Amino acid sequence: MSTTNTPSGTASSPSRSGILARAENIRCVYGGGEEDFTAVDGVSIELGEGEILGLAGESGCGKTTLGNALAMIATPPLYVLSGTLEIDGETIDLSTLQPSDLKRHRPYRGRTVSMLPQGAMNSISPTLRISSLVRDVMRAHDPKITKDEALDLARERLKMLDMPVRVLDSYAHQLSGGMKQRMITVISTLQNPRLLIADEPTSALDVSSQRMLVEMLLEMVQQGIMSGVVFVTHDLPVLSQVSDKLAIMNAGSIVESGPTRQLVENAQHPYTRKLLSSVLDPSQETRRRGVARRSTTTEEVGTP
Amino acid sequence: MSEPSADAPQDDMITRSTTDAEILLSCQNVTKEFSVAGSKITAVDDVSLEFPESSVLAVVGESGSGKSTLARMLLRLMPVTSGTITYRGQDVTHLRGGDLREYWTDVQAVFQDPFSSFNQFFTVGSLLRRGLALAKVPKDEADALIEECLGYVDLRPKEVLHKFPHQMSGGQRQRVMVARALMMRPKVLLADEATSMLDATLRVNVLNVLHDLKNDLGLTVLFITHDIGQACYLADRVAVMERGKVVERGTTEEVIFSPQGDYTRRLLSDVPDLRGSLKP
Repeated sequence: MSTTNTPSGTASSPSRSGILARAENIRCVYGGGEEDFTAVDGVSIELGEGEILGLAGESGCGKTTLGNALAMIATPPLYVLSGTLEIDGETIDLSTLQPSDLKRHRPYRGRTVSMLPQGAMNSISPTLRISSLVRDVMRAHDPKITKDEALDLARERLKMLDMPVRVLDSYAHQLSGGMKQRMITVISTLQNPRLLIADEPTSALDVSSQRMLVEMLLEMVQQGIMSGVVFVTHDLPVLSQVSDKLAIMNAGSIVESGPTRQLVENAQHPYTRKLLSSVLDPSQETRRRGVARRSTTTEEVGTP
Repeated sequence: MSEPSADAPQDDMITRSTTDAEILLSCQNVTKEFSVAGSKITAVDDVSLEFPESSVLAVVGESGSGKSTLARMLLRLMPVTSGTITYRGQDVTHLRGGDLREYWTDVQAVFQDPFSSFNQFFTVGSLLRRGLALAKVPKDEADALIEECLGYVDLRPKEVLHKFPHQMSGGQRQRVMVARALMMRPKVLLADEATSMLDATLRVNVLNVLHDLKNDLGLTVLFITHDIGQACYLADRVAVMERGKVVERGTTEEVIFSPQGDYTRRLLSDVPDLRGSLKP
């Protein structure tokens, strides 16, 4: 087990068991304009069996692009110039330089790697019941599956996670944001993917719904529904609660990575320290900072 | 002073400032009911709040607790079912026409989803200049004002004025909307999850801007958020909403560090702790 924070490059695994996935040298550019823009610049990550890797950083740092590359859903103008994903003893070339590369990746999508995109809960059709979404998603991956088989699988999964089965009969507008997001998470993992890429799954939720979702994700990993999660978000407190290790991204590169607790308590990189110091939790320290800021300002502007 | 439960009298204006600051905006016993498929849903239930001049009141609560509906009524974008809204001692609940436009000059808002606040066919420059033209600000003053207000939110005119909404990130759009609201030199700013799409470092900057404007220009802020950490940093007073009712209110210290109500305690316990872990 690695005990020191890695200042850059690879997010090395502090794995307690075997390695689940290893992605190496991923390089992504957005092209099509006058100049290519490099969004991910030679990033490597490693994930152990049953681990959750938190990928954190500010908007535009490349975390969603990296997630898209790992999930093999990069489409123009995003091009993956290089990168491999080693999973289950197979090495997949992630590069997408030709349209035919997308076909090459299709067999892995949903089964080997599943993607839970940002804002996915808003993509539920308002005119169809959740059960129709379950059927459509399952048929997209397995045309032979019947509607009943797909629904039985969903019912079984909901029972396993102590969620109400009646949700399947609901329309999107009848569900809260938190429930929609949990349902989408369940649907995106119905095929028991080895790796789930969850992109900002908690961002649009209030704290109570956030907690229910992350508890469900932990339960899913524990029950073996998926073997590992790359959890992408800018919300460090959420990540620190669920992830085994953290990788901090800035300008397309991982600037620091390591076991979560160690990184939170002993960050080495200035950028990580800046991110951590920006977290506003409801604590006496946050209040002191707020009040101190107010006092300084009052002095500066001379307001009584 | 804190109110421990929803049963406490609503007309007890606990948000009263500890100072003698003038009450700029207030609502008394405001209720909003929606009819959905034949049944009635009470989104805001008999809420009374006061906003002393040059202060920040945070309204916190879960999604669906009625925070945004309350803000829309205060802004006069949505009629009340019952109750009264008062601005500078004048009843504004049923203002119309020119009087309402004048009210909107003083009371500005920044909403949760900045994308829906933009006209997709206008550049940021057109959007900002149009707002100032409607307010009859001379053209030569307009550019300086735009530059000043974009500066408050750490944007440079050269970066954004030529851009269309879809060419900006969510954070940039939200900052432009804050700048647009500030251009009108409002007396009251209703910020409805206005920093929700900003990164942590930028969020602190925008909160600091609100601090500065409160102190510098005497701005009164209604800060609606589900992020209690932000309320803790910025607010003078906090009101907690649950299912349309204000269930607890008081100074920030009282509500956050000595919560009396079960709901507030649960809300606080659900906030993810940077140094905690949910891992088994």
